Amino acid sequence: MWEGVRLHVVTGKGGTGKTTVSAALALALAAEGHRVLLMELEGRQGIAQLFDSPPLPYEERRIAVAPRGGDVYALAVDAEEALLEYLDLFYKLGRAGRVLKKLGAIDFVTTIAPGLRDVLLTGKAYEAVGRRRAGRTEYDAVVMDAPPTGRITRFLNVNSEMAGLARVGPIRHQADSIMGLLKSPRTAVHFVTLLEEMPTQETADGVHDLAAQGLPVGAVIVNMVRRPILRVADLAAAGKGRLDAAQIEAGLAVAGLAGSAADLIGPLSREAADLAERVALEVQERKTITALGRPVLELPWLTDGIDLGGLYELAEELHRQGVE
Amino acid sequence: MTAPLDVDALLGDSSTKIVVCCGSGGVGKTTTAAALALRGAEAGRTVCVLTIDPARRLAQAMGLTELDNVPRPVRNIDTGNGGALFAMMLDMKRTFDEIIELHTDPERARVILDNPFYQTVSSSFAGTQEYMAMEKLGQLRAQAEEGDAPWDLIVVDTPPSRSALDFLDAPKRMASFLDGRFIKVFMAPARAGGRAYLKMLSAGVTALAGALTKVLGTQLLADASTFVNAMDTVFGGFRERAERTYALLQQPGTAFLVVAAPEPDALREAAFFVERLEQDAMPLSGLVLNRVHETPAPGLSAEHALAAAEELAGDKTHTLTAGLLRVHADRMQRIARERRLVERFTAAFPKVPVATARAQAADVHDLDGLRLVGADLAGAR
Repeated sequence: MWEGVRLHVVTGKGGTGKTTVSAALALALAAEGHRVLLMELEGRQGIAQLFDSPPLPYEERRIAVAPRGGDVYALAVDAEEALLEYLDLFYKLGRAGRVLKKLGAIDFVTTIAPGLRDVLLTGKAYEAVGRRRAGRTEYDAVVMDAPPTGRITRFLNVNSEMAGLARVGPIRHQADSIMGLLKSPRTAVHFVTLLEEMPTQETADGVHDLAAQGLPVGAVIVNMVRRPILRVADLAAAGKGRLDAAQIEAGLAVAGLAGSAADLIGPLSREAADLAERVALEVQERKTITALGRPVLELPWLTDGIDLGGLYELAEELHRQGVE
Repeated sequence: MTAPLDVDALLGDSSTKIVVCCGSGGVGKTTTAAALALRGAEAGRTVCVLTIDPARRLAQAMGLTELDNVPRPVRNIDTGNGGALFAMMLDMKRTFDEIIELHTDPERARVILDNPFYQTVSSSFAGTQEYMAMEKLGQLRAQAEEGDAPWDLIVVDTPPSRSALDFLDAPKRMASFLDGRFIKVFMAPARAGGRAYLKMLSAGVTALAGALTKVLGTQLLADASTFVNAMDTVFGGFRERAERTYALLQQPGTAFLVVAAPEPDALREAAFFVERLEQDAMPLSGLVLNRVHETPAPGLSAEHALAAAEELAGDKTHTLTAGLLRVHADRMQRIARERRLVERFTAAFPKVPVATARAQAADVHDLDGLRLVGADLAGAR
């Protein structure tokens, strides 16, 4: 899957587990001896928390070993630091750059021109994707934990953002180069969603907006998918309130719960009815997602929440579904 | 254990003038704001709810089909207690445009509105939505105080910030760079009418400014300079304006509600937010916990249910019962996990009262759904 894709941009509505999925994707891509950079843009230190590591500095460091060998590096990108780095690279400012920062210049520049901020953030990804070391590209893939679905199109469309602001100059040139990468088959933008109405709707809107701008949509990753547990016929009966009480009672008796059967039949049936309602809605959301015509990956709901072990479990799941 | 948050007392207290719902994205802030506003209105308050980005169907249910940036009456609510409900959806760019138009002559307004910097800042600056939400809140409050609008309670939803803190910081941040030292120095040439002023700066700073000019392009900086100068004349100090908004939030008539769901990320953000509100001496009323799971059979533990299901494994006549027991065990595990997460929060903040709303299978998109959430939060199901 994703032959030739070097930059994986992961977006999703708040609460869908975008950062977790980015991390799992990075682990899956790094499996079997690859080198992957996982980038965080919004200063939340979500990656550090996921990997039980201290807050990440503005520096690439190895954060995890992937299944069957392979390395995941992590970087928390900061727009101000990126601008200083950029200025230093082109103008050899050295310590003088810090003076600029003290004066508030860097803050000013990165805040007043939102497009510039995005150029700097995506520019860091561009640089990491293209960086070479010892005759080969340094990273096999770069995974970006990107802004949420509502802002992703504007964020990736740095070119049009900058067009109104900088018509010439190195920043404009940089914006154009980044756009070249972002619109190419070397980039894939993945949407993380849940089988719920709002996230699915936002995903559908986002996929549509990106495609309209000529930005490459990758997969839709459905997160926290729960097994329905009940058989289809039982779910249907539960949804209609027609579960066979006598049959449940007989079962409870065999299971050693005869004494509390009278108190359990009603509540257990109600819980099954809730589940049936939820599953029926999930069927609808799945239809909406399938209709988008993109590859769909599914990650299971982990009862115990996401810890480091859970992250590897999700990575293996992605691997099973063809991510490598 | 933490005290329950008395939502009805909060909404019913006529000294409560503003309720701010904040929290991370995807926790049901908008629904909470709308549900509280509706409950307040049906209890007799005249309420205005300011939403940021409601789900389409919820917006329709509240009659928010027109985006005209003014509150509209919500129909089909129970006015038996003499209350009323108005609702509006924030139009950030329009709010910004209106401030410009209000404070300057048409000619100068045109210069600003046409400036490319103004256009990006007003439509996509990371903090503009937060800033304009606060600006609009200030306007709605002023209208009420001057008797130009009927509402006596305003409920605000906050933007889905990248971090919960943005919403308090954005106005200050925006003010600080517009009033900042650098901008005064850097924009001086435009004001002085030439580059002469630059000579007064130390050579070092000049070189750095020159580097920036090279990177960004002179046209970009010229536009920025025009923009800042124009804004300066319009506002006479962003900082002052931001400080006024901030002070409004600190007043005792304001009640902050931190909204969360029983998920690790949401509760972590909620904890940050509670700490920050305390630091800034903002009046925090409590935590609203949405999407809390519960069970009609609390007496049967997950372990017991799973063991019972195991007894039935392999017996095809009892697949249904085994399935029901597993469904119950799943629910109990989820409840236990949620409870652990919430206990961690309440142990850290024992003084913060909590109101909870049950998880529902479907999103809320009508007034009846909002009423149910409101009743849940008030503990009056």
